[in-house]
Amino acid sequence: MNGNKQLVTCIVNGEQVAEYVDVRESLLDMLRNRLGLTSVKKGCEVGECGACTVIIDGETIDSCIYLAVWASGKNIRTLEGLLGPDGELTRIQETFVEEGAIQCGFCTPGFVMAATVLLERGEKLSREAIKKHMSGNLCRCTGYHNIANAVEKVMKEQ
Amino acid sequence: MYDISNYYKAATVEDAITLMKEHPEAKIIAGGSDVLIRIREGKMAGSELIGIRDIQEMNGVYMNENEDILIGAVTPFSHITSNDLIKKHINVLGRAVDQVGGPQVRNIGTIGGNICNGAVSADSAPTSFSLDAKLKIVGAQGERIVPITEFYLGPGRVELKPGELLTHIIIPRENYQGYTGHYIKYSMRNAMDIATLGCSVVCKVDRAGNLLEDVRITFGVAAPTPLRCYQTESMLKGKPINGDLYHLMETSVREEINPRDSWRASKAFRLQIGGEIAKRALMKAVEFAGCSKNGD
Repeated sequence: MNGNKQLVTCIVNGEQVAEYVDVRESLLDMLRNRLGLTSVKKGCEVGECGACTVIIDGETIDSCIYLAVWASGKNIRTLEGLLGPDGELTRIQETFVEEGAIQCGFCTPGFVMAATVLLERGEKLSREAIKKHMSGNLCRCTGYHNIANAVEKVMKEQ
Repeated sequence: MYDISNYYKAATVEDAITLMKEHPEAKIIAGGSDVLIRIREGKMAGSELIGIRDIQEMNGVYMNENEDILIGAVTPFSHITSNDLIKKHINVLGRAVDQVGGPQVRNIGTIGGNICNGAVSADSAPTSFSLDAKLKIVGAQGERIVPITEFYLGPGRVELKPGELLTHIIIPRENYQGYTGHYIKYSMRNAMDIATLGCSVVCKVDRAGNLLEDVRITFGVAAPTPLRCYQTESMLKGKPINGDLYHLMETSVREEINPRDSWRASKAFRLQIGGEIAKRALMKAVEFAGCSKNGD
């Protein structure tokens, strides 16, 4: 029954969204193809690399293994939603730059979203705990040292 | 796009039962972190899906009037770990499911899905066995309770008949009260990896007499289904807590488990680490009971 569509109403980056989505679509497909939110990267498509990480109701999920129809009634945040009114970056984004936690940048939106949830909790965590929290994201160029440095730095500042 | 022929959302258990009757070929999908990947691999391509993740009565953790703890089958792993009842009474289970995949997967993957997949490597399985969990299964004919130790039939096969749904995992009061436990997952990576071997030990300690009053030991990936080590358990029960006890644990489980050679690890290696992790899990469980692990 191809082309079977269902209405999804949700909040994406603070705005109400209503879309008729194909039941076969992943949330990743919906965010990228219908809403143009291309910070959400299509990496492994099996929930291993974390490049498609978005925040749903305050929790990180891999949007590639999440059906778009499940998004109904949810509050979804992507990297685009972090942008300030004058294009400002958030503190964690700035710190990724300062700490050299970016190389090719493909994994960066996913890492930033994972870090954002962690930092918004306001907890002070050990480096080991930070690494555990960030363990659902893979980086294939810079490695993890500078990413952990960036998260640790912002955590100490706040 | 996933190769799905249709998706039906169940809002209640009754709804799900009706949908299963109407669409007997349909597969159940909870969190999706296994089912969607199987569809991606082409193994279940073209399936109709019945989504159960929105069934409220199957989500969350609560205690009934008998002080049994009930865990809804679609409760995500991370919600089990952070739940206050779990932290207070069966922290061993919360910590075990905190070792599944990575944070994103733990936010969507469900304990019921983990169990119904019938995977011997499921991180929830050894601890659920060691807690002698009971499963509440509902079908058109009514409900039945199945001990988890009888639920796993073989790799990927479970005691679930067509039209039936696992709704709750029940941890009876007498199985957790006064018990402590520890699960050790042995894998190559700390995250996003499947257990090469896992062992969960749940025990009750007589602190005054320094005795191991009761113990339940379960291995994952040591046989085609999760394996309770009943012989070792009966050998250890009532013994004083000391180095001999741990040595007996180590040698006895090696006799009792039957791991296989696979690309992940050889049988010999699994036997070696099996003894070691069982011993360490018992030491930790005893420590959690407020006893020195050396019994002095």
